[in-house]
Amino acid sequence: MAGKTAQSRLSRNRTRSAWLFLAPMLVTLFVVAAWPLGRTVWFSFTDASLDLISQARWVGIRNYLEWVDWGDGTGQYYGLLADPRWWRSVWNTVRFAVVSVSFETLFGLVIALVLNQSFRGRGLVRAAVLIPWAIPTIVSAKMWAWMMHDQFGILNDMFMRLGLISEPVAWTASPDTAMIAILIVDIWKTTPFMALLILAGLQMVPQDIYEAAKLDGVPPTRVFRKITLPLIMPAVLVAVVFRALDALRVFDIVYVLTPNTDATRTMSVYARENLFDFDQFAYGSAASTLLFLVIALITISFILATRMDLEGNTT
Amino acid sequence: MATVELINVSKSFGSVEVLRDINLSLEKGKFVVFVGPSGCGKSTLLRMIAGLEDITSGELRIDGQPMNEVLPAKRGIAMVFQSYALYPHMTVFENMSFGLEQAKLSKPEIEARVQDAAKMLQIEGLLDRKPKQLSGGQRQRVAIGRAITRDPRVFLFDEPLSNLDAALRVDTRLEIAALSERLPDTTMIYVTHDQVEAMTLADRIVVLNGGIVEQVGSPMDLYESPASEFVAGFIGSPRMNFLKGGVAEAHGAATYGIRPEHIALSDERGDWSGRVVLTERLGSDTFVHVEVKGVGPVNVRVEGRADFASGETVYLSPDPASVHLFDPQGRPVVRSVTP
Repeated sequence: MAGKTAQSRLSRNRTRSAWLFLAPMLVTLFVVAAWPLGRTVWFSFTDASLDLISQARWVGIRNYLEWVDWGDGTGQYYGLLADPRWWRSVWNTVRFAVVSVSFETLFGLVIALVLNQSFRGRGLVRAAVLIPWAIPTIVSAKMWAWMMHDQFGILNDMFMRLGLISEPVAWTASPDTAMIAILIVDIWKTTPFMALLILAGLQMVPQDIYEAAKLDGVPPTRVFRKITLPLIMPAVLVAVVFRALDALRVFDIVYVLTPNTDATRTMSVYARENLFDFDQFAYGSAASTLLFLVIALITISFILATRMDLEGNTT
Repeated sequence: MATVELINVSKSFGSVEVLRDINLSLEKGKFVVFVGPSGCGKSTLLRMIAGLEDITSGELRIDGQPMNEVLPAKRGIAMVFQSYALYPHMTVFENMSFGLEQAKLSKPEIEARVQDAAKMLQIEGLLDRKPKQLSGGQRQRVAIGRAITRDPRVFLFDEPLSNLDAALRVDTRLEIAALSERLPDTTMIYVTHDQVEAMTLADRIVVLNGGIVEQVGSPMDLYESPASEFVAGFIGSPRMNFLKGGVAEAHGAATYGIRPEHIALSDERGDWSGRVVLTERLGSDTFVHVEVKGVGPVNVRVEGRADFASGETVYLSPDPASVHLFDPQGRPVVRSVTP
């Protein structure tokens, strides 16, 4: 009896100290994540504007969708859900995320496979590959903006000399190439991250099963398809989710390279425009809230669709 | 006829020579054990036969055919790895059939081979499971089963019991012995650092040390006539007593070796007298550690039970016929007659 009490007191003590250690993190998370998110959701149901933020009044779902009757039997839907510009930016974002993450995964996989081989100077190459990832996005976006400049950019100069283009292209300004420009910069920047995560997955694959495959006489391509790929798939999927979360929130590259273009306006850029440039704080909050929901929905669907194992039970 | 022949085989990793001038001829259907301490090159030798390591110089032949440049899968070998090396994402059936599919066997043929091997190893009920759902012993059987399905000329085992617990190790050892009986035409090559496995399984033992072959012979050859001090110390448990100084010099040798089981122990009379330091009782045997005056520490094996108190004076008589004498280089000295 006494033993039992002592034990339960011990476990109570442990529980208490566990909460004590967790408390700073929980408080921080609440202050920097839960509270702002809650405030944003709240503002999206008000008529808040930047200068009158404290006098915000509840207006229901008007920012999301509202039927305005013109009194003559006709009327029109207003609000975020009826705004073609919003849906255009959702489409831009999703398209950007799908294309960039696909290419990053492909290139990352190839680079990881190369870096997983032993060769002279591998350590140096591994470090060098990370450079694009290490440069702050704003800096690399500015750098690329210069390289893509229509008059002074090195890209046009090179392509002209090689005869690939007959006249300079306004990479970032032209609606036809703006999205491609952004994709190039993002893929260049984040492929190293992908390669690194996939490399970590590759290094978890035990070497002896490759030897077993050698004895089984399995050719390299089949080894890759039947052994390597299935075994690194969990790592690849986690990397894809990480990248997709980032890509769906993309802001800085677009903001620096191609501001104010319908062709590249993403959800984050749209939300910021409304929040600060157009003084539609409540409307921008609604966009932010939807942005959050869209990302959550896509991520959860992806996790469910790929039956991703988040507890690390897959071998 | 020899299945596996190694002719002047050497192996270097960069400037480090790990195997030097290995010459071996392994008979068809025999169970051969490579034994030696860690780093002696035994696993490297096995991996060279498998084709997982290049042969730096010399020649490997299987059934008379040069094998140096032949791909592992074309050598007619199968291998059981120390870590089993099962494909973790495949079921037991897939693990066993993967190589056969590659060999372009028909579906019914694959099915039959896998079922036969599974039956032989009593793993028929596990064919749908993945390796992580199996115990260590079961994984081991699957690894052996995968090797059997390849129907190899030469079966290679790389320390297959080292990841099993003691009880399972004994059972599996017996099963491997039974397996080699059932496959009389298959040459088995088995690598271990455990001399008990070597003694119990082998038709022939190859003792390796520092990259060279110390001795090749049947287990009893090695036990009775070790060709070096190293072999004498490595084969046999507990280890042979090696005595230096006066005892050895009296016989014209640098080292005087006598196994614990070849010394008679008495509390009345004997050639040597000494004090008991420690007694280890194993039930079936008792090991008595004695500090012999003028000779040094000697371990004596007594059958059954023996009760000696520490510090008690006892008398030892080594069996003169079982004394092994070695020169300073560890080579055997032609035996003089008297103890």
